[in-house]
Amino acid sequence: MIKIIKTSMVLLIAIVISACQTTSPYDYSKLQVSKPRSILVLPPMNDSVEVGAPYTFLSTISKPLAEKGYYVFPVAVIDTFMKENGLPTPAEMNSVPIAKLRDTIGADAVLYVHIHEWGQSYQVLSSTAVTKAYMKLVDTRTGEILWDTTAFAQQQSGDGGGGLVGALVGALVTQIMSDAVDHTPTLSASANDRAINDMNRGLLNGPYARSGQSK
Amino acid sequence: MKKIFVVLLVVLLSACANTKPNQYYWGNYENLIYKMYNKPGDADPGKQIQLLTEDLQKAQAKGKPVPPGFHAHLGLMYAMLGNAAQSQVAFEQEKTLFPEAEPLVSSLMDKQGKEAEGK
Repeated sequence: MIKIIKTSMVLLIAIVISACQTTSPYDYSKLQVSKPRSILVLPPMNDSVEVGAPYTFLSTISKPLAEKGYYVFPVAVIDTFMKENGLPTPAEMNSVPIAKLRDTIGADAVLYVHIHEWGQSYQVLSSTAVTKAYMKLVDTRTGEILWDTTAFAQQQSGDGGGGLVGALVGALVTQIMSDAVDHTPTLSASANDRAINDMNRGLLNGPYARSGQSK
Repeated sequence: MKKIFVVLLVVLLSACANTKPNQYYWGNYENLIYKMYNKPGDADPGKQIQLLTEDLQKAQAKGKPVPPGFHAHLGLMYAMLGNAAQSQVAFEQEKTLFPEAEPLVSSLMDKQGKEAEGK
């Protein structure tokens, strides 16, 4: 018995440790040359069926970028400004030539975001909430990609104990509760925070980062 | 045995996590962005101005700065209510705290100026 516990302990520790690491180092050379001070986040393109996804994402991206030391343009001000200038949808905003964004807004870099998955899906015994977005940071002078990543988070609920009946009731309760509560802002905030602060392929510190921060 | 195991796991997991305190006082800023697009009735400009002004006081009490974009967002809310004077004060404040905002603030003020002329 003790032997089994010991073996599983070692295995689990190995899994946990490997979860922290990724294999190949990220190439930061272009980011290190460009050294952007300010980041403009455009309203994301959206492949999911959740129509609110782009703006929910926008409400979860300023904090991790600003805490990383960058000036982040006010996302709602930018959205309003672009709409008032004849660009009513994210698709149109994303097709503006990057040099023009530099001229009118003065951004050093633009974060282009593409949402792949978003929202809650229900199975018989559980419900899953997911957010998945690819993002790339592009230099507004050269048009080169400085950094890119995928932010992903998933939350499963409803598989509590109590046998089949318990599980069914659990799933039902979770579904009823999920109708009232939108889990995607919390998930997206945590996904963005982890992607931006990842030890191996996160974003490097910006000019406002406090001294003593990791990167 | 079990206890050591749990403690070890927690230590290992927390090694991956990022738990440093924020450098800015965030208050309601991001939650208001969520609400203005998802539940606009809960975040009309007047309500936002009220909550953001309270945040400014709380930030001051805590000795932390408000984040980039905060004052510009407040300026947008004043502009939406037609209060051009307060809106410009807020935009100027954004520029003073973060010089990176200068081109955006100029573009916004140009636009406000043109709209005022058109009236």
